[in-house]
Amino acid sequence: MSIEVRNIRKKFGNFTALDDVSLNIESGELVALLGPSGSGKTTLLRIIAGLEIPDAGSVHLGGEEATARSARERGVGFVFQHYALFRHMTVFENAAFGLRVRPRRRRPSEQQIRARVDELLKLVQLEWAGERYPSQLSGGQRQRVALARALAAEPRVLLLDEPFGALDAKVREELRRWLRRLHQELHLTGVFVTHDQEEALEVATRVAVLNRGKIEQVGTPEQIYHHPVTPFVSSFLGNVNLFHGRIHDGRVYLGGTSVAVQEGAGVHIGAPNGGRAMVHIRPHLLEIELRPNGKDSFPATVKHINAAGSRVKVELISAWEDPVRVEIDHERLRTLALRPGLQVYVSPRENRVFVYQI
Amino acid sequence: MPPDERELWRMMDGGFDWARADETTAQMRRATSEPAWARALITAIAIVFLGVFLLIPLAAVFTEALRQGVRVYLAAITNAEARSAIRLTLITAAIAVPLNLIFGLAASWAITRFEFRRKNLLTTLIDLPFAVSPVIAGMIYVLLFGAQGYMGGWFAAHGIKIIFAVPGIVLATIFVTFPFIARELIPVMEAAGVEEEQAALTLGASGWQTFFRVTLPNVKWGLLYGLVICNARAMGEFGAVSVVSGHIRGQTNTMPLYVEILYNDYQFSAAFAVASILTALALVTLIAKRAIGGRLKSRELPVESEAADQEAA
Amino acid sequence: MKPRKSVIPGFGLTMGYTIAYLGLIALIPLSTIFLKTAGMGWHAFWSVIGSARVMAAYRLSIGASIAGAAINSIFGLVVAWTLVRYRFPLRGVVDSLVDLPFALPTSVAGITLTAIYSEHGWIGRLLAPAGIKVAFTPIGVVVALTFVGLPFAVRTVQPVLQDLESELEEAAATLGASRIQTFRRVIAPALLPATITGFALAFARALGEYGSVVFISGNMPMRTEVVPLLIMTRLEEFDYQGATAIALVMLTVSFAMLFLINLLQRWSVGRHAAG
Repeated sequence: MSIEVRNIRKKFGNFTALDDVSLNIESGELVALLGPSGSGKTTLLRIIAGLEIPDAGSVHLGGEEATARSARERGVGFVFQHYALFRHMTVFENAAFGLRVRPRRRRPSEQQIRARVDELLKLVQLEWAGERYPSQLSGGQRQRVALARALAAEPRVLLLDEPFGALDAKVREELRRWLRRLHQELHLTGVFVTHDQEEALEVATRVAVLNRGKIEQVGTPEQIYHHPVTPFVSSFLGNVNLFHGRIHDGRVYLGGTSVAVQEGAGVHIGAPNGGRAMVHIRPHLLEIELRPNGKDSFPATVKHINAAGSRVKVELISAWEDPVRVEIDHERLRTLALRPGLQVYVSPRENRVFVYQI
Repeated sequence: MPPDERELWRMMDGGFDWARADETTAQMRRATSEPAWARALITAIAIVFLGVFLLIPLAAVFTEALRQGVRVYLAAITNAEARSAIRLTLITAAIAVPLNLIFGLAASWAITRFEFRRKNLLTTLIDLPFAVSPVIAGMIYVLLFGAQGYMGGWFAAHGIKIIFAVPGIVLATIFVTFPFIARELIPVMEAAGVEEEQAALTLGASGWQTFFRVTLPNVKWGLLYGLVICNARAMGEFGAVSVVSGHIRGQTNTMPLYVEILYNDYQFSAAFAVASILTALALVTLIAKRAIGGRLKSRELPVESEAADQEAA
Repeated sequence: MKPRKSVIPGFGLTMGYTIAYLGLIALIPLSTIFLKTAGMGWHAFWSVIGSARVMAAYRLSIGASIAGAAINSIFGLVVAWTLVRYRFPLRGVVDSLVDLPFALPTSVAGITLTAIYSEHGWIGRLLAPAGIKVAFTPIGVVVALTFVGLPFAVRTVQPVLQDLESELEEAAATLGASRIQTFRRVIAPALLPATITGFALAFARALGEYGSVVFISGNMPMRTEVVPLLIMTRLEEFDYQGATAIALVMLTVSFAMLFLINLLQRWSVGRHAAG
């Protein structure tokens, strides 16, 4: 089932949570709403679910106007950040809840309910836990029960609010993979909220980046990571080096050096000629040389080398005293024989920079 | 710990978190609340119930007190017997409350600063008066100190009157009210923790210095709260005092007892006049509890509000 | 009793004072009840307890206390719900007033309730045409006991209701439950321990209540005489043995109630902590 929100506005007192937000979600997608605290992502999710009522704008589910319908009538499955399991009910009773409260006409028989719940508990690998109480389960297990409960009610769309936020890193990773697999198997339209960009990029088919109540960019994980269209998106996703510079004639001047910048694949130019500009360059898109060999590069001094990890993280200070972070692989480290205090030359690779006016 | 009146006193005013309640209310106005007509109905039922059981009696006290006019009202509360009843009530409270204060401080210090076996037994013993009907509370003193009591003979021989005299009244009042301050101080002292006192000791302070300079300031709101409750109960106790007092006019009547006597004498307006003073005292107690309870609550750590998180997200 | 934490001074002093105080004020006086009844002999004891008048008093006390506590449990929930979830003017004042029965001396409550419910009283006069008498009947006793127990029922439920996560109700809504279904299946079970605790506390308080009841009941033996009253009467007649015997039974019931409430609290804390 598709979801569409149009021109949603929502304020809480003086605080604007959502400012004219529109988004289109195709049936079968798994969309991430990504953003920092206060960006409005959870509010948007709850508006889709019918748990909040927007001040303006409309919600359409499956092409039909749903703004006036209550949460009960929308047929959405909602998974809460802190699970919201009914603690006086067993796992089985929790999962069966959505089916048992149906009006008589639509209520399946007890046998059918049992079959469906068993099927779902097996899907989330908790078929052994049916008679246990939530208090007897771990956080990750409780979240799976919450998922099973939402799915048992046969929702048309699945909404998840920071589903893995309250869990340990390892459990989170596992459940992320799990969610992706589940989505592939069930082909259910899904929307989930997260502030963890790694999670969004790993799990979602499309990502909507929100900031301060507005959507900054919507696209596939590749698109928003490699081709950010706003400074916020560029700096929010992954690490970036931030440099001040000036744009002139297709080059951006940083400190005493300049780098050729052409609009093209990977480069976004937003600054007019002669304007002051901000340049974002990702650490793994910078190269280190011991000598300037004709490439556009600037001098920098090595400050710190962190070789613990799959790649080497090098911290340097540029000629104009800005901190620079570069990521290289271990072979390169050995080849260059880097050490703190060494003067080197840093250049951007492939001209993949993000430049915009300030 | 068994919940009891003290816990309920604490759950009251001091415990009701208005900021959280407002948030909860705001949340409830969202999409998952009951329809407006249901809300109105439930509110109406609550208001009617409270109106019948609380507001009407409150209004009735003052109405009946002034039924025969202000002159009669003033005469009723300023005549000699009334004055002696007021005096006795104040004296009783003035003796019982400080003694209970010392007990409260001692007991809470012993319980919260030391580990020993059967601590539960001690806290249960402190709860004892809550399990005892006021009449029985008075009765045990009669059994002990009365003319035919187990120790009555000794006191009579020395010319000391306990029952049917002020000492008996004070004792019965102490029995009924001694848990309040202690049960209020214990959680507060528990929460304040021992670290500050241990720090004071390492800095060279004596036990008493530590107590007055470090402990007391930390627990002052809890202490005040307990005092307010203890005082209200001490001044208002009826059943227990009724048994031990002998109802000797002008001598062994506290205000609550005086109200009864006037009423049984069919001096209704006078009875309500004295009752109105006690009611005013009760209202002052409620106000004080609200004010102090607020201070008590605000010293707790701020609770993370998921609502605030949600609203921010 | 050797304290393990003896870095802090004052154990001897405070413990000593505490035990001395408790012993003198509470334990020794209370022991007189047991001494007195022990000296009675079984036969005398049972004849007192089993007499018709005493049995009638027990029946009335227990029955009226249950009735009062039940009324408080139901309406207490409504009141707590309104205070926690709804906004209306003077909510703070209303909330404070719930504690009035705690703060008000019982004799004041007693005469006031009598005045209101007697035949010419504000409420009594409204009920008289319907033939309903409240003052000087068991109904009056129930009214008085409802008054004294009111705060208990409200204050036990109120914090639980306040702490109830709204997400539980939202989850139920997204799963398709109606408001009534949500109340029945999700909210009510969560409130059950607190409600029962409130009932038990109100009941225990009502059982021993004297001042509020003695005026409105009329104290007619066999009909509107509650146990505390009966004890008082015996004392005034200098029948100490009789009074003590009756009191002993009351104390036993009260202690049992306190024990039960203790268990209930543990149960509800256990529920709360879970999940």
